[in-house]
Amino acid sequence: MSNKIVSVWTDNNFWKRSAAWITGFSAILLIWLTFDTLGQITQGTDTDMQKDAKGLYFSKRIPSATVINYKIGYEYSDKRGHEVPTINGKEKFFGRDDYSEEEAAALLHLGKLGSQAKNCMNCHTLLGNGAYYAPDLTKAWLDPKWKLMMAITQKKTREEAMAEFLQHPSKYPTHSRRMPNLDITAAEAKGLVAFLKHMSAIDTNGFPRNFGKKDITLRERSAK
Amino acid sequence: MMTTAYKSKDLATMYFIVATVLFGAQLLMGLIGAVQFLYPEFLFEIFDFSVARTVHINALVVWMLYAMIGSVYFLLPDETGIETVGIELGKLGFYVLTVAITVVVLVYVFIQIGPAAESTIWLINEGREYLEAPRWADIGIVVVVLIFVYNVYATAIKGERTGIVTVLMADLLALAGLYLAGMFFVDNISVDQFWWWWVIHLWVEATWEVFVGGLAAYGLIKMLGASRQVVEMWLWVEVAMLFGSGILGLGHHYFWIGTPEYWWEIGALFSALEPLPLVAMFVHVIYDWGKQAGKNGSNTINNRPAFAWFVMNAFGNFLGAGIWGFFHTLPQVNIYTHGTQFTNAHGHLAFFGAYATILIGMFYLNLQSKNGIERMRSTFNSKMAISLISFGVMGMTIALTVAGYGQVLVERAQMGATWDAFFISQQAQWFVQGMGWRLAMGIVTIVGFVYLAIDLLSISKVNHEKV
Repeated sequence: MSNKIVSVWTDNNFWKRSAAWITGFSAILLIWLTFDTLGQITQGTDTDMQKDAKGLYFSKRIPSATVINYKIGYEYSDKRGHEVPTINGKEKFFGRDDYSEEEAAALLHLGKLGSQAKNCMNCHTLLGNGAYYAPDLTKAWLDPKWKLMMAITQKKTREEAMAEFLQHPSKYPTHSRRMPNLDITAAEAKGLVAFLKHMSAIDTNGFPRNFGKKDITLRERSAK
Repeated sequence: MMTTAYKSKDLATMYFIVATVLFGAQLLMGLIGAVQFLYPEFLFEIFDFSVARTVHINALVVWMLYAMIGSVYFLLPDETGIETVGIELGKLGFYVLTVAITVVVLVYVFIQIGPAAESTIWLINEGREYLEAPRWADIGIVVVVLIFVYNVYATAIKGERTGIVTVLMADLLALAGLYLAGMFFVDNISVDQFWWWWVIHLWVEATWEVFVGGLAAYGLIKMLGASRQVVEMWLWVEVAMLFGSGILGLGHHYFWIGTPEYWWEIGALFSALEPLPLVAMFVHVIYDWGKQAGKNGSNTINNRPAFAWFVMNAFGNFLGAGIWGFFHTLPQVNIYTHGTQFTNAHGHLAFFGAYATILIGMFYLNLQSKNGIERMRSTFNSKMAISLISFGVMGMTIALTVAGYGQVLVERAQMGATWDAFFISQQAQWFVQGMGWRLAMGIVTIVGFVYLAIDLLSISKVNHEKV
């Protein structure tokens, strides 16, 4: 190895030290930002939720599991410049709107476990991450399609239609690409619906854009 | 001077063989998934897309990790000048890992899913893309990787510590440590995905890239006789650029998962810089190639098939990770393209260009060394393999990009990303034709793989210059 140093630009030690400093600095910055972000994405409490329910917007990016007691929307905010989840008063979820923090958290826990145990992410995307074989589930709770699915599954509420669909997905095909039967029980389905409802209330900085703003099914349109 | 007597290189061969088999398995699973996009009843409720996709991406990650571990065991004696310390432990680790992975794959294929309980996460499937391996296997992987990292450190401390070895030591420790960020369960999906990206992004867009920089440096010295001082200087520049852009480039995965808006600016800026080191790496390989060409007559390159794959790496890394990544890294674009076939197109070319290429190059370096060949020539099979695989993957990428355009415009821009919007986009002509071409190009890739497998088995029997 030649030790003749022509200038600092060809000095390996200079670059080695630069690499160490740049890497160290970036890593420290990332760790600092991580603390800030983790603080901001900690789940809110039911107390926050009750306060928020007096207005329109959530105060926490990730609300408490008790969000299942409320009606969720997704509206354009002039201040933010994109759509944000909104809270629009109480709404019954499987016949109740008084789930305690513990009850709601237990349902969310079951649903999150179910989403992993059934490998949802290797067909669907969640918050846009996963596989691209089936629709994104970020705002699935708010999907206008459930109106039609309520009729098809002969259920009176959106959550019941979702739970029925999840338990027998291949019985209700909406496209030649069907969802397979994943042995989802009634209890698991309820947890999964709670998980999906909670996810639709997460502040995703406006992703997906214009969700459900064009309430169309081409078939219905062309039939008119 | 060829050194074939090192046990470390025999262990490398074992890792490379399993890597090649898993590469084949990856392609087969990809084929099933590609067929299901066009004929959704194919293996429906028997071997669903989610199963094929799980095995497809896990085989990908695992074959690359095998090939990476093999590469380190291969180059370590050359760099340090001594036999690898703890080689018997390393062998034990190899068998433990291989048995564990076989069990994991059999469970994916035959059991597939479980009830919504912690036991499923521990025993069957963790259900998090790329990190599907159940928790028991995670712990096994950590133990085996610890053995590997110990071997590398013990060897480097005892032998000579070159710049390449120093980079690999730091890089492997970070790579192994990051895996721990993906080993816990949380109810909060935003927190889940926050840490999940620590593993995925800081692997493939930081530590793996630096690893490739180290391999490229080693390969240029080995195949061209490039000056170590120049090569290692470039390597340090690359490390600075890769980590300088890649670590905070993590922000481009934090645009839409519940994390704060400031990641838009941080993620956009640093991920936009990520292609720069890839340009540098490309320039560097071409520079050294040009500088050394003709020095020893026409025989400058002593391993032509390996060198061809290394050049393909320089090119593919820049194109797949750099260009195709940059296409959709800005939040203004990504809000529409996030989680579409666009992402898929980038994924295919980036994993191939950045990693598959150079690791296949390492397979050839290993065959040369193992068989004491001074100058390894390309055979007809070598040329068919690199041409068909590269053409096939590039073809798949372009087809998926076209399908992705169709999907983004129809599903996201026009119809607002709902259930119906998704399926209407999937029926669009651009999308269906794109998927058709993807299948065709996937088959081309598989034919290329068959040539590669035949070549790896037979090339050392061809009449090369022996030592």
